[in-house]
This record gives sequence, C-alpha cells and structure tokens, in this order.
Amino acid sequence: MFDLSRKCALVTGASGGIGAEIARALHARGAVVGLSGTREAPLRELAAELGERAHVLPCDLSDPEAVEALPKAAIEAMGALDILVNNAGITRDTLFMRLKDEDWQAVIDVNLTAAMRLCRGAVRGMIKARWGRIVNITSVVGTTGNPGQANYCAAKAGLVGLSKSLAQEVAARGITVNCVAPGFIATAMTDKLTDEQKAGILGAVPVGAMGTPADIAAAVVYLASSEAGYVTGATLHVNGGMAMV
Amino acid sequence: MSDIADRVKKIVVEHLGVEEDKVIESASFIDDLGADSLDTVELVMAFEEEFGIEIPDDAAETIQTFGDAVKFIQEAA
Repeated sequence: MFDLSRKCALVTGASGGIGAEIARALHARGAVVGLSGTREAPLRELAAELGERAHVLPCDLSDPEAVEALPKAAIEAMGALDILVNNAGITRDTLFMRLKDEDWQAVIDVNLTAAMRLCRGAVRGMIKARWGRIVNITSVVGTTGNPGQANYCAAKAGLVGLSKSLAQEVAARGITVNCVAPGFIATAMTDKLTDEQKAGILGAVPVGAMGTPADIAAAVVYLASSEAGYVTGATLHVNGGMAMV
Repeated sequence: MSDIADRVKKIVVEHLGVEEDKVIESASFIDDLGADSLDTVELVMAFEEEFGIEIPDDAAETIQTFGDAVKFIQEAA
C-alpha cells in the first residue's frame, strides 16, 4: 500500500516544519523529492538527511517568474513531476480594520496565486502521463474563518475552490486534486501564538493535543498514492476534531 | 493528402480513438469526433509538439475542425 517508488514529487515550503515532514514521508515511500523553499540552507540540510532521491529547488514564491520556472526546474532535476504538494504559506495576521493592501496581497500572492501557477505548470505533464496527484495544503481556518486572519483564510478557502474546479477538469485523465486542511499543528508558525491563545485553541480540540507535522504528512502520502485514485476534489481535515466539517 | 495532413490525422486518430475515415476536412473535433474541451487543448499541445510550433490561445480557439488544424499548421510550420 501507498508505494510511491518511481514517482517524482515537488514539495513547496519544504524548509518549514510541515513541508519537511511531508517530503520525508513521500521520500520514505520511495518517491524522488524536489525540495522547494525560499531559504536554501534548511533545504540543503534536509536533502543531506534524505540522501539519494532528493533535489534542492530554491524558489521565492512571491516572484511570479521564479514560480513559473519551478515546475520546469523540477522536471529537469527529477525527470518528471507526478506529485505536486503546494504546502508553502505565509501569514500577515492583523485585525481586519487594520488590514493593509500589502498584507492582503502578499498572502494572496504566495498562498493562492503561486499555488495556481504551480498547478498550471504541473498539470500539462500530468495530462500527458495520464497520472498525477496534486495536494494543496489549506487550513481549518479556510473553512471556519479566524479573527485576525481574513487574508490567510481567504487564500486558503480560495485554494479549495481552485482545487475542486481543477479536479473536475482533469479527473478523466487520471489526475486527482485534493486538499489537506491541518488544524492546530505544532510548528514555528504556531510557536508565535501566546500561551493563552494556545490554551484557548487546545480547549476546542476534542483529541486534547496539538497535531504533529507527521499527522499531515500521512494524509498527503495517502492522497498522493495510487490507492487514493477515486478521491478527488476532497478536503481531508486533520484537526483532532476541532472542526467536524 | 499532404504529409502535414497525414501527421495531424494520426494524432487525432490516436488521441480521440476514432476511425480514420471519420477524420475528414469538415469534421469538428467536438461535434463529430467526440472530443471534450480538454481534448481540444490536448490536441493543440500535441500539434505544437509534433510540428515544433507554438499555437497561441486565441488561435487555438479558431481550430474547430480537422481542416482548420491542417490549414493552421501548414501556414505556421
């Protein structure tokens, strides 16, 4: 089950906690992995840890030209692009009344527009191959909303709509497009929250604990596998029960 | 029949899984040959590759029939 050998997977945001764990999990199942991120040093470290079948593909997702070039660079490095995991994301949290245009645009550009460009760049080869897997990492707050995160929630909800539309267009070509929506996962991003905020969120999680990057990676491995070929346009919520949607 | 028409026909037959004699000049990819809209995009991609040309989106929209495709490629190649 869930054998990914000979599959080539590009993971964005692989320098972060969740992205790195997704890359490790895909690699452990046999995939060739392309590690993308803005900061090259952590990507190099991860590639060294993984050993063979790991390629470092630095990319600044706020730069449209760099984003357009990434799928091509991935295919050049790995030989194909069978699995795309749009994991990279940024936050510019602020109350809506104080939301500046640049806070809105930066989050939309990286979290939504870059993902769209990467999907567009990847899907052509997948159509020709009659096989492909796209997994977009969204967030529970894309469904529930969250005070202070109007820009982030809008981008994540946008990814869901994009994924469902693309899923319908390419379903007959053996390509699935799904989302994984993490809840409260322990990463550098959630470390920024205050203890009070953390306690408040944990109180709303029936499982009673924060999730781990490995919980998200397992969901991605499933959706990237051949076994998940009948699952498309879906959002797999991995949130300890904090939102049962 | 020209070499270009033969090569275009081969792509259409292979891609859409239709009989060769159905692929006549006036045959519409969608109405006569059973293509869906994504098939037409894929056909254009295949033509671009086979003939080493680039078919812009607005031109691709005018390619509705087998005859349109052959004519466009003859002019572009």
